Amino acid sequence: MDSIDRAIINRLQDGFPISAQPFSEVAAELDLGEDELIARVQHLLDARTLTRFGPMYHAERLGGALTLAAMKVPAQDFERVAEQVNALPEVAHNYEREHPLNMWFVLATETADGQRLAIEKIEQETGCRVYNMPKLDEYFVELKLRV
Amino acid sequence: MNTLSELPSIDAIDRKIILASQGGLPLISRPYHAMAAQVGIPPEEVMARMQRMLDSGVIRRIAAVPNHYALGYKANGMTVWDIADERIDELGRRVGELEFVSHCYRRPRHLPDWPYNLFAMVHGHDRDEAQEQVARIAALLGDACRGHEILYSTRILKKTGLRITG
Repeated sequence: MDSIDRAIINRLQDGFPISAQPFSEVAAELDLGEDELIARVQHLLDARTLTRFGPMYHAERLGGALTLAAMKVPAQDFERVAEQVNALPEVAHNYEREHPLNMWFVLATETADGQRLAIEKIEQETGCRVYNMPKLDEYFVELKLRV
Repeated sequence: MNTLSELPSIDAIDRKIILASQGGLPLISRPYHAMAAQVGIPPEEVMARMQRMLDSGVIRRIAAVPNHYALGYKANGMTVWDIADERIDELGRRVGELEFVSHCYRRPRHLPDWPYNLFAMVHGHDRDEAQEQVARIAALLGDACRGHEILYSTRILKKTGLRITG
């Protein structure tokens, strides 16, 4: 990752235009060619320096249900349980964390019923209790990391 | 919280646009034109509909999402706080305004083993930097906070983002 990559990462976290040739616009701001910008974004995604590039949809405003859930998974069962949880398409993110509640995942479902069913399925398959922690209020959401 | 009456309307064409773009924008000169060809509508309509979804908040942002670890942010902590209910809205907003907090939510307690109702994500290059951020949040909360913890992530087990199905 060089200084051009860093400038691209910083710029693209701020938003991307909706226009006929958006890469060309952003490339001009960064003093790059359009082809070079596209190639570098592709490389940053391939290298997993960026995890995603595109529109971030607001699940609840699509009519879906979103929740954060946690489990206390015994250390000897952790890999098995991670596989079982990750296998569900409703699981959008899953993180291991240092805490007795050591597995934290986001469930995105089309309906509230789907969320309840997914939680029941996870509890049955894994044998672990799911602590469901749906958002009650959102005070701020905007991840930007400067590099 | 959003109520049903506040939900902006999404029609079948919007859903097709979402399906065509939720995995990421095509990395080509005219990405919205490519989506238009896939959805079967003119490019101008794709752009107008995406702009409308952006304005109404259905799309939060069109942007790049970095991998924290790859950018040198090794200490990604979920800080959790037990805040008096009557003060949480005021304090949640103020914590959310701190420049190093990326997400800030109120969530339900699970007493007795989970007393925390305010969640704020912090990102440091190392744990010392994250601990300094925790100290700044603690100073802001003062007496309204009855306890807190920081849960560091040690591994990303899955990160696919949200998906709707077609």
